[in-house]
Amino acid sequence: MGAANTKERILNILFWLSALLIVGILIAIIGYVAVKGVSAISWDFIFQAPSRAGKEGGISTTIVGTLYLTLVALVMAVPLGVGTAIYLEEYAEHQSRFAYLVNLTSETLAGIPSIIFGLFGFVFFVIFLNLGWSILSGGMTLAIMVLPTIIRTSQESISSVPVEYRENSLALGASKLQTIRKIIIPSAMPGIITGVILATGRAVGETAAVILTAGSSLGMPILLSDPARTMSVHLYMLAMEGISMERAFGTAFLIIILVIIINYLANLSLRRLSHSLR
Amino acid sequence: MNKQITTQIPNSSPLSISSNSSDRGIIKNGSAKINKEALIEKILALCAGISILAIILITLFIFVRGLPLIFDIGLGDFLFKMEWNPTKDVFGILPMAFGSLGVTFAALLWAVPVGIIAAVFLAEIAPPQVAGIIRNMVELLAGIPSVVYGFFGLIVIVPFIRNFLGGNGLSVLAGAIVLGIMILPTIISISRDSIAAVPQEYKEGSLALGATHYQTIGRVIIPAARSGIITSIILGMGRAIGETMAVVMVTGNSTIIPTSILSPVRTMTSTIVLEMGYASGDHQTALFAIGMILFIFIVALNLVVNLAVKAGKLNGRG
Repeated sequence: MGAANTKERILNILFWLSALLIVGILIAIIGYVAVKGVSAISWDFIFQAPSRAGKEGGISTTIVGTLYLTLVALVMAVPLGVGTAIYLEEYAEHQSRFAYLVNLTSETLAGIPSIIFGLFGFVFFVIFLNLGWSILSGGMTLAIMVLPTIIRTSQESISSVPVEYRENSLALGASKLQTIRKIIIPSAMPGIITGVILATGRAVGETAAVILTAGSSLGMPILLSDPARTMSVHLYMLAMEGISMERAFGTAFLIIILVIIINYLANLSLRRLSHSLR
Repeated sequence: MNKQITTQIPNSSPLSISSNSSDRGIIKNGSAKINKEALIEKILALCAGISILAIILITLFIFVRGLPLIFDIGLGDFLFKMEWNPTKDVFGILPMAFGSLGVTFAALLWAVPVGIIAAVFLAEIAPPQVAGIIRNMVELLAGIPSVVYGFFGLIVIVPFIRNFLGGNGLSVLAGAIVLGIMILPTIISISRDSIAAVPQEYKEGSLALGATHYQTIGRVIIPAARSGIITSIILGMGRAIGETMAVVMVTGNSTIIPTSILSPVRTMTSTIVLEMGYASGDHQTALFAIGMILFIFIVALNLVVNLAVKAGKLNGRG
């Protein structure tokens, strides 16, 4: 009995230690980057363009590059992803071969590492379609990467809209399309928004795929055909080539702040989702 | 069953309304509507087809670029030759394949036990409020981009290893620590979900037979959640093998087979991202061939997961 008790006590300690380790890792990463990075942040750092390969100046062009690329990716991925989800949940026979293939391929897409997307984007968009290293090439590559996230979250939220809503709408004489537009999409909105936020997080942090498709030019991207460098790529270059550790910390700090905001928004919209389903 | 009802009603209702009506305008209006609805359905089907098209294009373009080199030098030489020397047109990926598998295995070695213990803690032991906070933290860990992990590894973990364990710090060990942290969220979330999904009756039955909570966890809950836990490990492994930015920043990237966990090492993904910028001709093709091998490996892992999940559903709760 005593032996069993000691064993359980040790297990209990292990359980709490594992939790403590996770808390410790998170605090160490965020804390260290914040402490070292906060001194680099200033209005100039955010609004000035980098000069001398990032050794001097701010990181404004990389912030614009990040937002621009993310926006282009979402503009393409959101309609396609939500459209896919509506088709799978409202039109396709669930046993059909086509629906099975769509589900299987979108699951496979979700598991493919970003470097493979980078290779594909490079050979297909940059070379084959002759789009060059550009916002458009990078945005389309990112769009394919985040597509599975948007499909999955939209699918889940559409399938959780109660069947009665559909039946009532149809019984009132609304057509199927009207039902989808006026009933199903509004009810599923919180879930769709959650998916969009999660996809934003993935697009903002992506590096390997972006460096191969959007390039690493420090110029200000204006046109869709301009190359661009994102904050993540900038951080990689600054740190790997030892250009400026101070600016690397500042960039990492800004990325972490963005991630925390995105994470908070996702939680908020998830909570609204569970409220609206109740 | 309900799904069938909802799909049948809309197909028949607009038709019957317009055919019963005597007013021509309404008939016209009705058929225009049907056309519009059919058109929308086609557009939505096209959207759904994008995933299939993407997979086909990715496979096609990576294979078309990578295969010629493998035909040229032979699959055996490509996979098992010890030397990677693009300037002399020698392309053997064994050292980096070994590097990828080695770093991944070392990461799994510590992240799997820690992850599973944390998952059990979250699902069974922790008070709900504590569990809620830790789950939020795990989600945040999952959201931190890999380049930030790599940066943290480079400025904290690498110097730590250099100062306290020796070597220059850029090492298998640094890669294993960083990769392990990165796959913890995958292992914890999926394992936790599958543990939480074990039916309450199993636990109650075990406790009623006189087993303690800990015995129930070890003998009943973990075995019942087995397929989910295995899934989490395989997905974590896939993520580790495919990870690029974090690994390239902390492992030193020399193309020799490491002799200890403090030696530098280069992975397949690192090679692609390091050399793609300037590679041309056969060299570039060789990088695509590496991507192809990686792609095949990851897709195979995913198929294993799909099979494992299906098998789990069959022998689980149906």
